[in-house]
Amino acid sequence: MTGFIIRRLLQSLVVVLLVTVIVFILLHLLPGGPARAQLGPRATPAAIANFNHQMGYDRPVPVQYRSWLTQLATGNLGFSPKFNQSVISLIGERLPKTLVLTGMSTIFALTVALPLGMLQAVRRNRLVDYAITSWAFVFYATPPFFLGVVLIVVFSVYLPILPAEAPQSSSLGVILSQPAGLLLPVLTLALLTIAQFSRYMRSSVIENLAEDYVRTARAKGASERIVLVRHVLRNSLIPVATLLGLSLPTIFSGALITEAVFNFPGMGQLFWTAAQTQDYPIMLGITVLIGVVTVIGSLLADLAYAVLDPRVRFA
Amino acid sequence: MTAVPAEDASLAPLPKTRGTFARTLSTVVENRLAVVGLGIIVAFILFCYIGPLVYHTDQVHVELSQAALPPSTAHPLGTNEVGYDQLGRLMVGGQTSLEVGIAAALLATVFGTLWGAIAGYAGGFIDSAMMRVVDALLAVPALFLLLFLASIARPTAGLLILVIALVSWLGPARLVRGEALSLRTRDFVTSARLMGGGPWRAVLRHIAPNAIGTVVVNATFQVADAILIVAALSFLGLGIPPPAANWGDMLSSGISYTYAGYWWLIYPPGLAIVLVVIAFNFLGDALRDSFDVRLQKR
Repeated sequence: MTGFIIRRLLQSLVVVLLVTVIVFILLHLLPGGPARAQLGPRATPAAIANFNHQMGYDRPVPVQYRSWLTQLATGNLGFSPKFNQSVISLIGERLPKTLVLTGMSTIFALTVALPLGMLQAVRRNRLVDYAITSWAFVFYATPPFFLGVVLIVVFSVYLPILPAEAPQSSSLGVILSQPAGLLLPVLTLALLTIAQFSRYMRSSVIENLAEDYVRTARAKGASERIVLVRHVLRNSLIPVATLLGLSLPTIFSGALITEAVFNFPGMGQLFWTAAQTQDYPIMLGITVLIGVVTVIGSLLADLAYAVLDPRVRFA
Repeated sequence: MTAVPAEDASLAPLPKTRGTFARTLSTVVENRLAVVGLGIIVAFILFCYIGPLVYHTDQVHVELSQAALPPSTAHPLGTNEVGYDQLGRLMVGGQTSLEVGIAAALLATVFGTLWGAIAGYAGGFIDSAMMRVVDALLAVPALFLLLFLASIARPTAGLLILVIALVSWLGPARLVRGEALSLRTRDFVTSARLMGGGPWRAVLRHIAPNAIGTVVVNATFQVADAILIVAALSFLGLGIPPPAANWGDMLSSGISYTYAGYWWLIYPPGLAIVLVVIAFNFLGDALRDSFDVRLQKR
């Protein structure tokens, strides 16, 4: 177990370093390089040369990478001239809101998807199963922004019961104090993940229902309810726990679109604004951050698997 | 399967086993979902490519006096905000959506297959190094990477294909690498090596072709995902620039008229995207069943 953890940790460290290399390459892919990113598209060649010299961008690339990495390690993600604010403080302002959005929708998605997947597995190849599967296919095939707009049309235009826009405030408290405005964004993001989670839960439960321990439990006279809740459910949750860790990129991408549709002041919207105004320090900072979070997520998913499933731990 | 009379059993040739292609075809036909999926795809291809030959519309000249007309006999699906006929635009836009989706999926699949086959066949340090690169790219959500690349240069259709392929070859690479790890220890690969075949021969002639089932299934899903990605980028304002049309652009420009009630600008392209993506998913599911030996009735 210790060996497994150490090996996985080292692997993750390598991946994190590679993520920083990718971002570093992106930084240098920019026409004009980092100077252009900081000074904007109208900077004169002289200003760029001066900036490059000042910031050390005329040094050899490996040296630059090392100093950029040291800056990164101390939490210096750069400065956004457009917002006149450091990238780290901008992210600090937006990240909690994105976490609220993704967290709430994931919890909601799980509470719906897990029972749904279980129902499908128990009644597999019956009408209920087919009905839910068809809905999953439709939601999977719907562009997230289209889903968001359809929800707006239904709940804000035809039946005007919910606001079409997320609460606008820089303070998290104000946003949380208007739960009605959060409903549609959370629902949009959740509907996208429910399809995926329930499909996964369905096959996981079906696999477990065929196991010997289920037959043993039934043979010992356990009621179907006990078999399902005490035995099958707990074992079926193991792969779902890992799926949760691995679907972070999907959730972040979904959050970006959802935030764009509902004008939700989170990190995804910040990234989108930055992409439109070519504010590269922000985009690079967020990319590094999300990359690191994703790597940690898949590391935790693997470790959770080992903790929950003794067969992995002792193998 | 051909029935062999019992008394001739010792003399008769072995019953002919059906080839992979025939087996695939019969499983696909047996699977009603696959037929539905294939039917929808064929229908849309006819609609997009044969349609404009029958139904002539002007998709070049803006006609503001005809802007945003509701459906009528002259314009069965109405006109859009600058006066293009919506039905005709759906045909032309579909061409771009399908072409970009299929081309990006093909490119990603070929590159990913080669990457995975080489990594899996080589093993050891090369394998670790190549797969860590895949892990690192997977750690950055595709949409963020795409937005970044699209913000550097507003993509043309060709560039968009390249950019989408750049973020979607990772899945096939992982899948094929897994297959290659087990394939390289098989006897036919070893004998190819003993006969003097080099590593390239092993990868191109033995590893990659034997992983074809996994690859084809994945490619089908990739087409669906690529169409959704194009739509998402269009919505975020970094898709293929006008005057070129695609369903994603039509949908995202249509929804800015939500409050004006121009439903004919929203639902037709939205429905087209949903239907085509579902169709490719149906087909992928059916192909997976046909390639998965464990699921086959024998």
